[in-house]
Amino acid sequence: MAKIKLDNIRHSYFPNPKSDDDFALKRVHFDWEDGGAYALLGPSGCGKTTLLNIISGLLIPSHGKLQFDGQDVTRLSPKDRNIAQVFQFPVIYDTMTVYDNLAFPLRNRGVNEAKIDAKVREIAAMLEIEDMLSKKAAGLSPDNKQKISLGRGLVREDVNVIMFDEPLTVIDPHLKWKLRSKLKELHQQVKTTMIYVTHDQTEALTFADQVVVMNFGQVLQVGTPQALFDCPEHTFVGHFIGSPGMNVLPAQVKDGQVWVAGQAVEVSSSLESLPEGKLEIGVRPEYVRISDTGVEATVRNLMDVGRHKVLETLVGDIKVHVVLGENQQVSSDRVHLQFEPANTRLYADGWLVDLQHEFEEV
Amino acid sequence: MKLELRDVSKRVGADIHIHETSLVFEPGAFNVLLGATNAGKTTLMKLMAGLDMPTSGQVLYGGVDMTKAPPQERNISFVHQFFINYPHLSVRDNITSPLRLAKVRPEEIKRRLDETADLLRLGPMLDRRPHELSGGQQQRCALARAIIKDSSAVFLDEPLANLDYKLREELRSELPVIFSNRGAVVVYATSEPAEALMLGGYTAAMYEGHVSQFGVTSEVYRQPANVNAAQVFSDPPLNVAQIEKRDGKVNLSKQFNWSARGVAADLPDGAYTLAVRPHFVRPAADESAQIPLHGEVRVTELSGSESVAHFNLGKDIWVSQSDGLHPYKVGEQHDFYLDDTRCFFFGADGRRVV
Repeated sequence: MAKIKLDNIRHSYFPNPKSDDDFALKRVHFDWEDGGAYALLGPSGCGKTTLLNIISGLLIPSHGKLQFDGQDVTRLSPKDRNIAQVFQFPVIYDTMTVYDNLAFPLRNRGVNEAKIDAKVREIAAMLEIEDMLSKKAAGLSPDNKQKISLGRGLVREDVNVIMFDEPLTVIDPHLKWKLRSKLKELHQQVKTTMIYVTHDQTEALTFADQVVVMNFGQVLQVGTPQALFDCPEHTFVGHFIGSPGMNVLPAQVKDGQVWVAGQAVEVSSSLESLPEGKLEIGVRPEYVRISDTGVEATVRNLMDVGRHKVLETLVGDIKVHVVLGENQQVSSDRVHLQFEPANTRLYADGWLVDLQHEFEEV
Repeated sequence: MKLELRDVSKRVGADIHIHETSLVFEPGAFNVLLGATNAGKTTLMKLMAGLDMPTSGQVLYGGVDMTKAPPQERNISFVHQFFINYPHLSVRDNITSPLRLAKVRPEEIKRRLDETADLLRLGPMLDRRPHELSGGQQQRCALARAIIKDSSAVFLDEPLANLDYKLREELRSELPVIFSNRGAVVVYATSEPAEALMLGGYTAAMYEGHVSQFGVTSEVYRQPANVNAAQVFSDPPLNVAQIEKRDGKVNLSKQFNWSARGVAADLPDGAYTLAVRPHFVRPAADESAQIPLHGEVRVTELSGSESVAHFNLGKDIWVSQSDGLHPYKVGEQHDFYLDDTRCFFFGADGRRVV
């Protein structure tokens, strides 16, 4: 187990990068505490795999340092880093039994058989696969194979970190649900530092205590699921987290007032010393109300998603979603939208404008 | 054109892949086949598309028996999970290939290309090759090829499964709009209940080669006919318990029982399976959730917008899902509250008792 420090890491796949655009990772600088459950969340091409490969040692960054518990490991080979990794597709030996698959990482390191036996049985009990131990891995279902893969990641006690790279992408929703909570439970038991890489917000938010949201080769926000939901520091974070994501609308500030589509709108951001740049407001669909007054919108689609309804409207050509109650109806094609001021924020060039004091988090 | 299955079944050796199934898909309707991997979704689609032959039964297009007709005689499109484009052709040529093959006039091809590219927002990418596109754009290219044909039936086999979460969300809300007013029967396979709900239209809940229920999507979701349809349509999975109705009471265990009301009040005395979706088990009592259930919190999942707790109820694990943030502690004893009016009751044969 270890604290992981990413110290000003930058990486370019070009030999002589000229501008920021040539960097797959622009600048990453933060710490992962020992024993934490972290997620690395972002769309394809955001830089998360590059970062993962730097941590596992498959890639040496062009700039910056990586430390495990204060020790510089930037140039250490993967096998010397004491890392366990679980991949999207199960990596197991089909011809071996489940038991031997789980024992393999330990036998490789010369652990004595009595200790191996105890550990294998402990992990098998956690994963509820005790009855499969003597079976050949080849005949198992995909989710059981992935369980064995997880088990192989968990079996070693001496690892610095366990990294999961999209481990549930190929699993059916019901089993995904089960494995996800299993993994969460396992973390609560073993307390090894775990890093979970995914593009799926539900997986990231439910697994991790702290989520690192990445896009465009940079870290946009590191925060608890609650912070990412309540106060996105970048419009992309707002959009990416939440289903549907945060609504983002172009805005102007005139005479000390924010204007959206010709309507004055109250926001929680401070309008004093506004930064330069394109202004937008961000408000989650949960905080938009249908009303008699407010920003005019055209109704496009009403989706019944079970627990609630999602109304899709257009303000000009910008899509704005509204979350409605399970039994709420919309009778007209044109509606007016009100945004809850406490949860409506201003963004300049994508970045959150400071909140007014009264709205700052306590 | 109406698409109809009459007593269609599929056996491979001794295995039954599709049990006898009869379904009618109306023209212009969006139909979802919902079920886990191996439920038979792809097999059923292939039987409809003519990519596979049923062991028994008939497939009718517009009332005409097409059971033995090859796919190319059925005027259909099929989009797979792994998007297939011609790598050496431009996006434009990829999209128009079915029309060029059918020798449609160039000006008509141009008109339909503009319309389709506009719909799928591929206009600026027409001169690129597929490998120069993002995953979402590549799948939109494959979809465009399916749409431009004006097929009588379009089969979409988990077309969004390989895309990023957010792209999936975006295309999911676009698809019903794209296909509305086109008159084609659309059949869409997915393993995700949320996806079926968002796509709307009609849903066939599939379980182990059976169509457990077919109907308007929101009705199948809210009024499942049997335990399989209910389970297939629940994510997170249903909470399930064996209960006994006796003397006006629902008895879940010695510890947990309550006076029957609503549907439960009309149940004859006897044993039933109770099932309830996790969002009807709440972390605090409210006007509809009144029945206290007590358990030890085992796992918590807090996503920012919602809180999920797994807890022990007797020897079962139940799940509570609620909006907002609830600071559960793992290991603590917590009172959860059940909305008993939203419980489903199933008889020994698995059918919901109404």
